[in-house]
Amino acid sequence: MNDKNAVLEKEQDSKWTLEILPKDKWWDLRIHEIWEYKDLLFLFVRRDFVSVYKQTLLGPIWFFLQPLMTTLIFTVIFGNLVKVSTDGTPRVLFYLLGITFWSYFSECLVKTSQTFKSNSHIFGKVYFPRLIVPLSLILSNLIKFGVHFILFLGFYFYFIFTDAPVHPNFAILLLPLFLLMMAGIGLGFGIIITSLTTRYRDLQFLVMFGVQLLMYATPVVYPLSIVPVESRWMLLLNPMTSIIETVKYAFLGQGIVDPLHLAYSFVAMVGFLMLGLLIFHKVEKNFYDTI
Amino acid sequence: MIAIKVTDISKKYRLGVFSSQTLSQDISRWLATLKGKEDPLGKLGGSESRKKDKNEYVWALKDINFDVNEGEVFGIIGKNGAGKSTLLKILSRITGPTTGVIKARGRIASLLEVGTGFHPELTGRENTFLNGAILGMKKSEIHSKFEEIVEFSGVEKYIDTPVKRYSSGMYVRLAFAVAAHLEPEILIIDEVLAVGDAEFQEKAFGKMKAVSSGEGRTVLFVSHNMGAVEKLCNRVLFLEDGRKVRIDQPGLIIEQYLSSKNTQKVDISDYIKVKSEYVDVNKVEINGASNLKLHFEADDINLEIALSFTLKKQLNITFFMRVFDHLGVLVGSFFPERGENLNYTFDLAKGEHTIVNRLKFPNLSTGKYFVSFGLSRGTIENYLFFDKAVQLDITGNTTSSGRVFNQTSDGYFLLEGKAERV
Repeated sequence: MNDKNAVLEKEQDSKWTLEILPKDKWWDLRIHEIWEYKDLLFLFVRRDFVSVYKQTLLGPIWFFLQPLMTTLIFTVIFGNLVKVSTDGTPRVLFYLLGITFWSYFSECLVKTSQTFKSNSHIFGKVYFPRLIVPLSLILSNLIKFGVHFILFLGFYFYFIFTDAPVHPNFAILLLPLFLLMMAGIGLGFGIIITSLTTRYRDLQFLVMFGVQLLMYATPVVYPLSIVPVESRWMLLLNPMTSIIETVKYAFLGQGIVDPLHLAYSFVAMVGFLMLGLLIFHKVEKNFYDTI
Repeated sequence: MIAIKVTDISKKYRLGVFSSQTLSQDISRWLATLKGKEDPLGKLGGSESRKKDKNEYVWALKDINFDVNEGEVFGIIGKNGAGKSTLLKILSRITGPTTGVIKARGRIASLLEVGTGFHPELTGRENTFLNGAILGMKKSEIHSKFEEIVEFSGVEKYIDTPVKRYSSGMYVRLAFAVAAHLEPEILIIDEVLAVGDAEFQEKAFGKMKAVSSGEGRTVLFVSHNMGAVEKLCNRVLFLEDGRKVRIDQPGLIIEQYLSSKNTQKVDISDYIKVKSEYVDVNKVEINGASNLKLHFEADDINLEIALSFTLKKQLNITFFMRVFDHLGVLVGSFFPERGENLNYTFDLAKGEHTIVNRLKFPNLSTGKYFVSFGLSRGTIENYLFFDKAVQLDITGNTTSSGRVFNQTSDGYFLLEGKAERV
């Protein structure tokens, strides 16, 4: 009789599809669950896009205005007043390219770093893999990047046809890799910060400020070549440096490219992502208790 | 077959501020301890208060065990703060347990609140898909049920209008319709019957009944509506202060729950469900005393409720009262304007007032009844509402042969009259 019960229990045990425990195994990130919720991922992306588009008349125009205005300001200040070198490439193109790629990274970072804070009302009511939210932000920013990139291409072709000193090369084919790396670093860093902000709220302000500073520690408004050789390593510690430099080399033909630097950035990305996923996973389970 | 197995689930919360909440404060705290100084942000009395901090935990749930069978509608009842919401939050994976294990078979979806993730700029159609996906449906599932959802909600005409233009009723109906068409193996429902107008509530109630009985799904149901619990549930879990009191048939549990509610608490202010900022309660007297449990013989039920309060501004006030049975089903009500009293609203100035209401009851059958009362502006808004605060124990009502008329077998009141052979 006891044997029979034991067998029955065993049989039941094998059929449980869900187990809720105080602590999950730290390595079990439930990636398969994200796959099950992929429809939600794309609906979030759609929501972000449609809601911005519908909200204001300026909505779609704003997409273009932002990089154009920034480029204009950079051209006037860094180009005409301070006269920072652009390695002989057209200034407008140099700044626009830098801004287009940099803002993809910074948007990914800033938006994902607010995941818990801006979605606490949804997270408090329904369960779905929380990672869906930052992932959807990465994707909707990619759409925004696409719009910016088309704008850039417009200027780009104009300069090429007017025989400006612009030398595109095969490194352009690495574009998907650049995007992947920027998204990876932004996401990894962003989810680390959002996990920490569930405990430390003031970190949020640090992020806004920090991202602005980080831009100046990345060769966005200046080329790496103006930095003295012996202190370049400091900038190259920043994994974004080699990415932005290589992007500039790919499109404009000027930039310091070293596969080793790119490899370092790639490793840094993987590191940030792994660390981010682990912390995020640990925090998501009980974050609701601390807000 | 067991659908959910809950074993030794406990949840501990820390009272007060979890941490200093800012990094800069934590750093300065850390620096201070490095230098060996006193914690700059600590409470006075240093070590003593920290020792106390360690004990400032509260167990929202303690050692909860139960199994829910497949296809069963399992009710959970208890007072506010008994741990119902915490239990549901753990079951729906919004927060994790401190100890214990829950095992479940199949998808769990919860309707802790409807309309989660609705975006005002998106149309009803877009929100239906988004909300469905948030609740765990696949796009194809929503597609196949879309017509049904829209029809159920009754907002067909406006399905392509942004929901920010919806009335709150339409909004809630669409949201409930999406949620009601979820098809998980296990459904968690919390108080959703409180949405919409009476007609829609009826519809929602019918849908829930169909979900649980016809479609054979396992349902966990939390509600303060004892009538709904009694009608829908197979078994009910009674929680009190985070502990399991008993699991049993709904009728038995509800009776225990309602009477426990009235024996433990004597303070009438515990029953205040609505209180306007303009009204302060000073004193409530029921038949000249503060006792909330009264015993009457069936043929002599006279209730006098004296309510003293202070108004912070001039208000037009109506007194109202409702009577419920032991399951929370409404039995009768008193609205002064329906009686012979033409001056039923009092135009009261700022300051202290007392209103005394003398109520005559019909010949109630034996059993327990609960009385809610309060102050309102006509039927528009409640200023003050005491929910089922007074318990009436009615005895008597026996026939000459000694048979007792009671609530369950004979209804709530006895009709006076005469049978004559002509």
